[in-house]
Amino acid sequence: MVSLFDHKVSELHQLLHKKEITVSDLVSESYKRIGEVEDKVQAFLTLDEERAREAAKKMDEKIGTDEAKGLLFGMPIGVKDNIVTKGLRTTSASKILENFDPIYDATVASKLHNAETITIGKLNMDEFAMGSSNENSGFKATRNPWNLDRVPGGSSGGSAASVAAGEVLFSLGSDTGGSIRQPASYCGVVGLKPTYGRVSRFGLIAFASSLDQIGPITRTVEDNAYLLQAISGVDPMDSTSANVDVPSYAEALTGDVKGLKIAVPKEYLGEGVNEEVRQSVLDALKVLEKMGATWEEVSLPHSKYALATYYLLSSSEASANLARFDGVRYGYRTPNPENLIDLYKKTRAEGFGDEVKRRIMLGTFALSSGYYDAYYKKAQKARTLIKQDFENVFEKYDVIIGPTAPTPAFKIGENMSDPLTMYANDILTIPVNLAGVPGISVPCGFSNGLPLGLQIIGKHFDENTVYRVAHAFEQATDYHKQKPGL
Amino acid sequence: MSRISTDQVKHVAHLARLAITEEEAVTFTEQLDKMISFAELLNELDTENVEPTSHVLDMKNVMREDKAEKGLPQEEVLKNAPEHQDGYIKVPSIIE
Repeated sequence: MVSLFDHKVSELHQLLHKKEITVSDLVSESYKRIGEVEDKVQAFLTLDEERAREAAKKMDEKIGTDEAKGLLFGMPIGVKDNIVTKGLRTTSASKILENFDPIYDATVASKLHNAETITIGKLNMDEFAMGSSNENSGFKATRNPWNLDRVPGGSSGGSAASVAAGEVLFSLGSDTGGSIRQPASYCGVVGLKPTYGRVSRFGLIAFASSLDQIGPITRTVEDNAYLLQAISGVDPMDSTSANVDVPSYAEALTGDVKGLKIAVPKEYLGEGVNEEVRQSVLDALKVLEKMGATWEEVSLPHSKYALATYYLLSSSEASANLARFDGVRYGYRTPNPENLIDLYKKTRAEGFGDEVKRRIMLGTFALSSGYYDAYYKKAQKARTLIKQDFENVFEKYDVIIGPTAPTPAFKIGENMSDPLTMYANDILTIPVNLAGVPGISVPCGFSNGLPLGLQIIGKHFDENTVYRVAHAFEQATDYHKQKPGL
Repeated sequence: MSRISTDQVKHVAHLARLAITEEEAVTFTEQLDKMISFAELLNELDTENVEPTSHVLDMKNVMREDKAEKGLPQEEVLKNAPEHQDGYIKVPSIIE
């Protein structure tokens, strides 16, 4: 089926400029498609149709003038529901924030306003971004557009599924342990987790503050670069955002990977990695080799400790971050508390889902007196070793390549009984967050009709090399041109 | 042997300000025990001379000018409060 969203941002911009289409056409394309497939995909938690259509009408009058020069002018976007949007309900997919109406915009939301994209709605996710399948949403489970019995991945499942299904041109997600890259892989789209500090976290409902990053999910690498351009940069409201130059990402898309040195960690193609996934990565390496890149096997020896390190650190940070949900200033409040402590306890028991409670419990335990050194501090030290693994490899190599996830999308319900099995899905993406480096997932094949993703990891603040490699690979293959038969 | 007892789980739930049922206490004991055992994989690592990482970027004490700026209007701030009265957020009484 033909869609306006089969065009890249740069092409749509030209069509607008030549007055062959209007912003209203783009917005209508979104809501028309949502009308057709949303009851199957279930990607959205809130739609903002009336305001989006009104904004489009006003913007149509600017077409052809200098005010419409921005590349993202009029482009329909979906936003993950843990990014606060002023006057547009934001729940983080939690019952505890079911009726939360933000009174300010996240920095990325302000930046989208400045770029004049149009927000179509807010996207489903695992509650507070804790999960790998969207099954932990407090409201509903999003489905994989390629196969409705499969999960879209998570936690940015709605963000990836809505782009794959053609409901929006592109979207924003967030990634704490793989939450952009893994769903991008499962849904056959492009998802980037930027370097920690590249994008402001102000207004991102915090899960694990030392790991969280907001990033773009798109159909193509080029669009991804343009969307990251719009949201990058230091922010006085986020003291962990980095005061470093923001390069032109699109300029990196040269198609040239001659002389590029690729490292392939043996731990990323070993035990637990599905054979077809492994083969798709080896095939991708051949494609890059043909273009003049070279690759060698390396070791990231502390990889096997990443999962345990991650769950201790992220749960500890989450237990502190989620203390703010106490039923006092905003959000859900239990109806008949006996006293203040009872109000806190019942509000949280009734407002949080099982996975969120489990992680708050683990984090509180790891930070509690007598266990802090043995668990939390130990994990912080393990994090240093994992980070050093990356530093060592990047002394000799330009990028690290492996699969994004060990398997294609799994069946809904398949991993819900055992939290540890579910967590293992993130084994190849988690180390990247612990090290704080950027990583992208690009489509690299199919297994029984389900998309597979290639993960390309770069040095701190070297998104450009990551994009250059991803783009060169994309241009040499046509996986990104396939669409789900919804 | 279990690494965590049901009593400990109840104590942790109290610290986390989470009301849990007896049934949940049992489930959490099993699940946390599994997770903690899994986390003990880290004991294989010699971290004697390793510095902990709390933050990946080399930055500290990010300062800004101490300049007063206008806050949010009271009406807006109270908009999401579950209960409020006379411009205050209301909670159950804490002093008898």
